[in-house]
Amino acid sequence: MRSGSGITAESVAFSFDGTTYHGQRGDTLAAALIANGVQLVARSFKLHRPRGIMAAGVEEASALVTVGSGAHGEPNVRASDVYLYPGLVARSQNAWPSLRRDIGAVNSLAAALIPAGFYYKTFFGPPSRWMLYERFIRRAAGLGQPPRLPDPDHYGHRSAFCDVLVVGAGPAGLNAALAATLAGKRVILIEQDVLPGGTLLREDVTINGAPGAHWAQYVVARILEAGGRVLTRTTATGYWDDNFVTAVERRVEPGQPGTGEAQVSWRLRCGEVVLATGAIERPLVFVNNDLPGVMLAGAVRELALRHGVVPGRRAVIATSHDEAYRTAFALAALGVDIVAILDSRADPAGPVIAVARARFTVLTDARPLRAWRRGMAMAGLEAQVGGTRQSFAIDCLAMSGGSSPVLHLHRQAGGALEFDAARGAFLPGAGRQRHSTLGAAAGVHDLAALLPDATVVDPLGAGTPPAPGPVWRDEAPGKAFVDFQNDVTTADLALAQREGYVSVEHTKRYTTLGMGTDQGKTGAMVALAQIADLRALPLPDTGLTTFRAPYTPVTLGAFAGPMRGDHAAPLRRLALANAHDALGALWVPAGAWMRPRAYPHQGESLGVASLREARMVRANVGVVDVSSLAKFEIAGPDALTLVAAVCATPVAKLAVGRGRYTVMLREDGMVMDDGTLWRLEETRWLLTSSTGGAARMARHLTYVADVLLGHPRAAVVDLGEHWAGLALAGPAAAHVLAGLTGAPVPAHMGLDAAHLAGVPVRILAASYSGERAFEVHVRRDQAAPVFAALVEAARAAGGGVYGLDAMDHLRVEKGHVVIGAEADGRTTPADLGMAGMLRKTGGYVGWQGLTRPALADAATRRQLVGLTALDAGAIAEGAMLVAREGAEPVGHVTTAAPRVAGEGAIALGLLLNGAARHGDRLLAWSPTRHSTVPVEVGPPLFFDPEGARYRD
Amino acid sequence: MGAERYSALALLRGAMTGHRHWGRAWRAAEPRGPYDVIIIGGGGHGLATAYYLARDHGVRRVAVVEKGYIGGGNTGRNTTIVRSNYRQPALQRLFEYSLKLWHGLSDDLNYNVMFSPRGALFLGHSDADMVRLAERGDAMIAQGLDADLIDRDAVARLVPLLDMGRDARWPIEGGLIQRRGGTARHDAVAWGYARAADDLGVDIIENCEVTGFLRDGNRVTGVSTTRGDISGGRTGICVAGNSGHVAGLAGLRLPLESHTLQAWVTEPVKPMIDTVVMSQTLHCYFSQSDKGGIVGGGDPDFFPSYAQRGAPLRLDDSISQAIALAPALSRLRMVRTWAGVTDMSFDGSPVIGETPLDGLYVNGGWCYGGFKATPGSGKLYAHLLATGTSHAITAPFDLARFAQGRTIDEVGAGPMPQHR
Amino acid sequence: MLLIPCPHCGPRNQEEFAYERTLDSVVRLDDAPDVALSALYTRANLRGDDHEIWTHAQGCGQWLRLTRHRMTHAIHSVEPL
Repeated sequence: MRSGSGITAESVAFSFDGTTYHGQRGDTLAAALIANGVQLVARSFKLHRPRGIMAAGVEEASALVTVGSGAHGEPNVRASDVYLYPGLVARSQNAWPSLRRDIGAVNSLAAALIPAGFYYKTFFGPPSRWMLYERFIRRAAGLGQPPRLPDPDHYGHRSAFCDVLVVGAGPAGLNAALAATLAGKRVILIEQDVLPGGTLLREDVTINGAPGAHWAQYVVARILEAGGRVLTRTTATGYWDDNFVTAVERRVEPGQPGTGEAQVSWRLRCGEVVLATGAIERPLVFVNNDLPGVMLAGAVRELALRHGVVPGRRAVIATSHDEAYRTAFALAALGVDIVAILDSRADPAGPVIAVARARFTVLTDARPLRAWRRGMAMAGLEAQVGGTRQSFAIDCLAMSGGSSPVLHLHRQAGGALEFDAARGAFLPGAGRQRHSTLGAAAGVHDLAALLPDATVVDPLGAGTPPAPGPVWRDEAPGKAFVDFQNDVTTADLALAQREGYVSVEHTKRYTTLGMGTDQGKTGAMVALAQIADLRALPLPDTGLTTFRAPYTPVTLGAFAGPMRGDHAAPLRRLALANAHDALGALWVPAGAWMRPRAYPHQGESLGVASLREARMVRANVGVVDVSSLAKFEIAGPDALTLVAAVCATPVAKLAVGRGRYTVMLREDGMVMDDGTLWRLEETRWLLTSSTGGAARMARHLTYVADVLLGHPRAAVVDLGEHWAGLALAGPAAAHVLAGLTGAPVPAHMGLDAAHLAGVPVRILAASYSGERAFEVHVRRDQAAPVFAALVEAARAAGGGVYGLDAMDHLRVEKGHVVIGAEADGRTTPADLGMAGMLRKTGGYVGWQGLTRPALADAATRRQLVGLTALDAGAIAEGAMLVAREGAEPVGHVTTAAPRVAGEGAIALGLLLNGAARHGDRLLAWSPTRHSTVPVEVGPPLFFDPEGARYRD
Repeated sequence: MGAERYSALALLRGAMTGHRHWGRAWRAAEPRGPYDVIIIGGGGHGLATAYYLARDHGVRRVAVVEKGYIGGGNTGRNTTIVRSNYRQPALQRLFEYSLKLWHGLSDDLNYNVMFSPRGALFLGHSDADMVRLAERGDAMIAQGLDADLIDRDAVARLVPLLDMGRDARWPIEGGLIQRRGGTARHDAVAWGYARAADDLGVDIIENCEVTGFLRDGNRVTGVSTTRGDISGGRTGICVAGNSGHVAGLAGLRLPLESHTLQAWVTEPVKPMIDTVVMSQTLHCYFSQSDKGGIVGGGDPDFFPSYAQRGAPLRLDDSISQAIALAPALSRLRMVRTWAGVTDMSFDGSPVIGETPLDGLYVNGGWCYGGFKATPGSGKLYAHLLATGTSHAITAPFDLARFAQGRTIDEVGAGPMPQHR
Repeated sequence: MLLIPCPHCGPRNQEEFAYERTLDSVVRLDDAPDVALSALYTRANLRGDDHEIWTHAQGCGQWLRLTRHRMTHAIHSVEPL
């Protein structure tokens, strides 16, 4: 059994590519694979080069695997970012037929043919030819296999507020979080790792007498004790406007089946944000720097001290600064033969160097030139040492080319950057929001400086801050990588510069630098140094690409959270939904609502049922649920002013107890909505409008009131949610209703209060069907008995219920328009034949818009017409109106219906200059549905043109 | 000029010589007026305009002035969808003109823009949706465009990952596919046009921000820039996203407002979706890039901004809708989200035409649909800038249409961009 | 995600609010047609501070006047309308 600061003695079985291994609890998959001697873990994206583990954290660019099986499978998981659990199943990806013998590796042989951007220069010909090549390119691209099954995991959303958010539980973050908590602030500390400590997990130091990792646990305990909140395995993914930070917490590991929430998406509104996000080590650039066995020095140190594993038996440390020396001591303590330390500096000095020189071979002015492999892993290294070249037989290279403060969130927050030439790194400058940066993220690596109040014992001392060495200048032939995942080499960068893709964004997009799943965490600064060298510019002048959220990849399911399945969006059910179900309703979505479309009898088709229901209304009586229509009550001394501003029809002279049809316009003069307006009392009005426009109308009413009219003394109450509406229509409607209320029914366009089934109701006599009809408005919680009574009485009179389709058939026959179909947002009242209804004096919303000259040009306006089929075919809704098939359309069919009174098919349509074309013959042509029906144009009114049936 | 032609053979030669023979794709030009035409904005549209001006109209003294790097605005920030499946005839003609150009673009430019007509599919979620899709398809076919109304089985075969369950939150009843639609590589469009235009002598001047206009009375005679004054015969604004700002430098107010639109991309995976999937009933669209990432988007953030910085407002919505349609997407991981600034015009259609100032023209207002128009927009704007007269296809898209009542409102949403 | 200080409710998340239009685009009922159409169909669309009308749609429902910067998104003032 190994020992390390982050693992326990508990053995955990897992598998990789079908072989079962054992690791220890607390191991990352990366650590456990290395402990089992597995070096080859993955294949690179483009060249399919063998890759092993290079990093110990989220910056891993090479070792991506698929974790989990079946529906729990998760592709592209960083081996260093998944912690062992019993039964973990991991597989390699992007390799076929096997990781070791991967056919795709031929790409490596053809690498010279496929430099950066090669695809822009070839594969010409028609798109079909490109698509042929593309099929192979697409198959070769991608990394893991996509999930194909619905996601079994659950995801949560949480919101929280805090005075101080601390991102990162390394020494700087812990210290800041504890101080803020003790100062009485509401503190949230988040840490992407499962353990607090950050770099303390990889360093051999004591703080206040305890090992660093223990001190971290102790500080967390104190923060919790003082009322702070600590979220581990939680990554701050985005920093948005006004100190709003998003974070994602993983509650189960990738691929791990679990109950409850697998991940939680946090939305944090913070008083201030402390970014203690640490730094990411940079690789060195040399030929074959991507071989399994070549690793970041800090990662090697973390494997050794935290997990107790070593990635090889004979190692070289290659560095440009003091910090990586620590890796030599850590490895040596575990019995690794430190063959040499290569330091690119000519004359390094200081305590660490002195101690190292005493124990190891330290070669100065020395750096790697070329690594080589035997089988699939590193076997040796050639290095430049002063003026000579030396070779080393080694199986592990721990490298460090300096380090890059993690400034993603700082940049997302709009913070400035300052280039520190000595460190070769960007450091955080002034913030734009309320945030500050501490610790390694601010370039401070010295523990004693970070924890001034603690007793820090570091046997090796702080050393000089990390800094990069000389830039790679192709001193050896072969591929030297700057972006490991996307196989971007120094040659690719040079090619991009040569071809003029010199803006750093162009270089990035042309070479795909930094566009992998790691988003260039390790490679970006290395590449910038190369580019600066190629262009002979100071590094900061090369520019920087934008840091975009998320900091690390986030499962899409975590964004959706609970908004899945039926909860993806609210579905609105009518108050009487159960009653409709009991009547055998067939439902149809109408905006957010579900409405009864028809009530088919056994074996009856929808079309047959709807026509039966419509004819029932013409012949007798029917009941339909119109509850989803918008209903607003407008009351107060200035109510008329508001109503007159919103409605384009005359309103002032409407008598109390009377209603009328009205239209509401947008400011551009187009019909926005229609409905009926009722004067309940002198200063109290009821306005109904369309179901789909309810939210828009609610907003419009308050806009007109508050913004245009400056808060008139009129209140607007949205009754849509509170009142159900039931329409009773048909020649027998008046008789049926009077029987139920025991009172005379109101005259057409009149209204009355009544009691029905013992419940107070309001009765509005308005007709949509062309029959004598009444809308019964009732509080939704009292609607059930009213509906039951209406249905029962209608049935007793030989009628029954009808649905949306029957209602549509009836209104088409009467030429009533529907918002969305005939009033499609592009039609004026005049287009719909309503010009005569408008107030001549203006003063309503949209009157100015109507003055535009082109709206009066009938030849270019589509106007409402009626269409009668000249043969037996049904007219296709949406069909084009054409003179002949293939001709330029002159209009289209907006709504089609069978005749209710009589036989044959009719429709409403919008037709250019339609009002002047009555009697013309056209085709209703629908090529998508292979339907052509000759139609005759006429007025949009097919039944009872005098309106005799609905009047008293 | 006379850049080496791109070909498989040339690549092979490069393979043997370390690719040292490739020259710059376009020169780093210095301003050197006077020009016949100055185009403000080095996005796809501006570069395409320059290319067609030089190629089709023989206008050789053309400058493209770009405040940053070419293709860095919405050209490099969109979801790469190419289609012409509109409902309104004027829009059909405009986008179909462009779609036809897409089909020959890689050869035209000798630059593979990876145009891949993999089909653009609109989903229908109800009978009413299917009627609307049929109407659109009928209107398209009537204009000579390709459209197929397909049933749910056909949709399921095209995109096997869709949830075809009858009890899905948004059941899928069928779709309308435009098979000649698809995707293209957005950056390559800017670079390809830049290279081809440069080859014809066009000066592409990067890092050159326009700060004002040179005037002679009511005539615009050039631009002031951070790299000095540049004079020209005609000047064309082509900076969608920033049209309001640039027009404002000339004292003009345009019928548009700048809003933020975000998009997102997941980690790459092996092929899982071959078609561009869109739902207009919902507000989401997604497709898989050649690299393997699922690229998606939804509604704009619906408030004015020039910041190229989104808010986490609509992401949850568009993603939850995408997951509702294709549940397997849930386990993919988003690797990046980004934002662009869109010119939201007041009828949802672009603005292409003359301005009240002589010699100054505008091309903008592309809302969130400009990428697919790039070749057509460029070619038609070149016509306007070369001749001073709008091409018949762009004539309806003039600035005067708003006040005259000739708006081209595809969705009938009216003048307010945030209600669109 | 902006934090908008609603004068009626206090600071609330942007997602509770809806942007409506700029103050200079308001069409008054008695505006002459040319004035109205100019207000409706043209905007300064400033890349800087502008006055905007928002509503606290998912909150108090009141209409607000914001002065806000279109690059920094800084909100300088929020007043009831």
